[in-house]
Amino acid sequence: MGFFLETFLGGLMTGLLYALIGLGFVLIFKASGVFNFAQGAMVLVAALAMARFSGWATEALGSMVLGNVLAFLMSVAFMIAVAIVIERLVLRHLVNQELTTLLMATLGITYVLDGLGQMVFGSSVYTIDVGMPKEPLFLFEGVFEGGMLINPDDLIAAGVAATLVATLALLFQYTKVGRALRAVADDHQAAQSVGIPLGRIWVVVWAVAGIVALVAGIVWGSKLGVQFSLSTVALRALPVVILGGLTSVPGAIIGGLIIGVGEKVSEVYLGPFVGGGIEVWFAYVLALVFLLFRPEGLFGEKHIDRV
Amino acid sequence: MQNRIAQGIRGLAVAGTMAFALTAPSIAAAQAEQFIPLLVYRTGSFAPLGIPWANGKLDYLKMVNERDGGVNGVKLSYEECETAYNTDRGVECYERLKAKNGGGSLFDTQSTGITYAVMDKAPLDKVPVMTMGYGRSDSADGSVFPWSFPMLGTYWTASDIIVQDIAKKMGGADKLKGKKLALVYHDSPYGKEPIPALQALAQKYGFELMALPVVAPGVEQKATWLQIRKERPEYVILWAAGIMTPTAIREAQATGFPRDKMYGIWWAGSESDVKDIGAAAKGYNAIAIQGSADRGKAHDDILKHVYDKDQGSANSRDEVGTVAHTRGMMIQMLTVEAIRTAQEKYGKGKPVTPEQVRWGLENLDITQARLDELGFGNLMRPVKTSCADHMGSSWARIITWNGQKYETTSDWYEADMSVVNPLVKAGAEKYAKEKGLTPRDCSKE
Repeated sequence: MGFFLETFLGGLMTGLLYALIGLGFVLIFKASGVFNFAQGAMVLVAALAMARFSGWATEALGSMVLGNVLAFLMSVAFMIAVAIVIERLVLRHLVNQELTTLLMATLGITYVLDGLGQMVFGSSVYTIDVGMPKEPLFLFEGVFEGGMLINPDDLIAAGVAATLVATLALLFQYTKVGRALRAVADDHQAAQSVGIPLGRIWVVVWAVAGIVALVAGIVWGSKLGVQFSLSTVALRALPVVILGGLTSVPGAIIGGLIIGVGEKVSEVYLGPFVGGGIEVWFAYVLALVFLLFRPEGLFGEKHIDRV
Repeated sequence: MQNRIAQGIRGLAVAGTMAFALTAPSIAAAQAEQFIPLLVYRTGSFAPLGIPWANGKLDYLKMVNERDGGVNGVKLSYEECETAYNTDRGVECYERLKAKNGGGSLFDTQSTGITYAVMDKAPLDKVPVMTMGYGRSDSADGSVFPWSFPMLGTYWTASDIIVQDIAKKMGGADKLKGKKLALVYHDSPYGKEPIPALQALAQKYGFELMALPVVAPGVEQKATWLQIRKERPEYVILWAAGIMTPTAIREAQATGFPRDKMYGIWWAGSESDVKDIGAAAKGYNAIAIQGSADRGKAHDDILKHVYDKDQGSANSRDEVGTVAHTRGMMIQMLTVEAIRTAQEKYGKGKPVTPEQVRWGLENLDITQARLDELGFGNLMRPVKTSCADHMGSSWARIITWNGQKYETTSDWYEADMSVVNPLVKAGAEKYAKEKGLTPRDCSKE
């Protein structure tokens, strides 16, 4: 029982980390109706920026805390600059184009960000040290043999994810910008006709997605180290948003929790019977099963066509 | 009209002569050099390992040109081709460079995937493929794989040596009986390669092997390490590469598994795998190809003849002497010695063809005296190849991360060939049967 609880809890924590990345997908989709393939590359670039800025700033200021704060601010500015460049060079020219065209453009952005990120910041492994505790805690040692394992860094990451979700949910529901974002997602032309500045909205949403990518990059980067493979973490977040619904911020969290637990429990309890290594494709199977019953995802907006 | 035609012919003749006069020196120059293609991955998921490795290869070639003026006066020329560790790009590099500048001397693909993709082409193109410490383990049998050279050790010899060191730590091979060892492996042909050898060893020594695959690239391993926490194996053997290695060490920390009970394969035993983890990786062991964590005169020569002249490939001279950089140097040393051996048979002081380099690789005899002369005396043990043995040597040592750097913590081990050879023979026979090959009779060569 203790081991099952450990696996279950481990899955929940991992799911929240996936949700952090999934949020970026949701943000862009909500504001433009486009699935942003570049989210993984944005996580990589943001983490690379943070790792390198943090190294330089800590050395210059002689304090890790000050160095990290300065590096975070610099990285936020960098991701806003990336958003502006993407809007100016790519999105602005694709207003009112087919969504497929925009989708392909995000694929192109992925390759450019992957390549440029490594060219500017380097291809080595870099560290983000924000002081996250790494040693495990063992609870209920009197109840279960060996206790129940908890990782404090996972708990902190879960807190960060919850805070981000709450902030973004408020942004979308109760602010003018949030309403404008939703209007743009519904129809570019209609939004423009009522005076919503499409370009500015896209910059805002890509910048917010960039900041979310930065937070995800810091959390994942401090766990894994920062290098190219970080961009592949986004692939693990895909079933999360499929399941949770591409238009729902809380859906990313719930989807993350379900996928996280599904992955870990399947790998530990089903894996040994089929040779192991099933967690990645099992997550997709789980998402597809949900889609059979709810094609828009658990919390996605229902699409109704009037005939 | 006739005059015009005659004029045209004269013009063409003049142009042809001029073109020949202009290109002849470059052809001569190209012919006077020995071309070595360099497949590298300086970008992508495995770049942290690929960069120092590529730099080590490049630095050794530069050093031979600077210090010795090439091989018996033949300068070494080279060209890098970026594969990003992708098989399709690797094959493209191979196709592009195989016939360049008189032919690529040999290909060190730096990838098991690329090796598998080109090893059937190489015999047709008559180009040798050298895979030091990687590739197909049964290709050590030169009677079936005349063009493949898994020099200095394969994943099967590495498996045996790791188990030898574990047995030594446990107080003898008999102590392995009834114990549990876990293999955490990259779920790919690379990661699966040691399984037959470890299964044979499990049968021989009576331990239980628990094989746990990790889906590439290995960024999420929580389920794997929770299983390790539950099953509590004595030791974990880590067949990882790239980000999978530091992630595994971090997960070991997160689940409380002792790092000194972990053994990585040599591709999971570079500084880039552990230096950012620092003290938390203290005690982590890895097998080194020969003595690649040690320092020798060859390093000093590179610093003196390359870095002191601002010709170094790495950004910092501190990279010289790191495990991955030294591996690159070793590969190129073997390449250069194969070229030298070929020259001794086919004519000193002139470039040799890839086919002749193959002969050189198959007839290498690098004695201890020669290793001392080359500056590899304490880094390597003698290497002697033959028609039947394309590996040449299986010596290795265990290295351990002390929190700041790797230290060599074992004496020299040689693989137990009574375990490895039957696997090589069976694998090679199966391959020959599948491909309809008739193995060479090495007793006649």
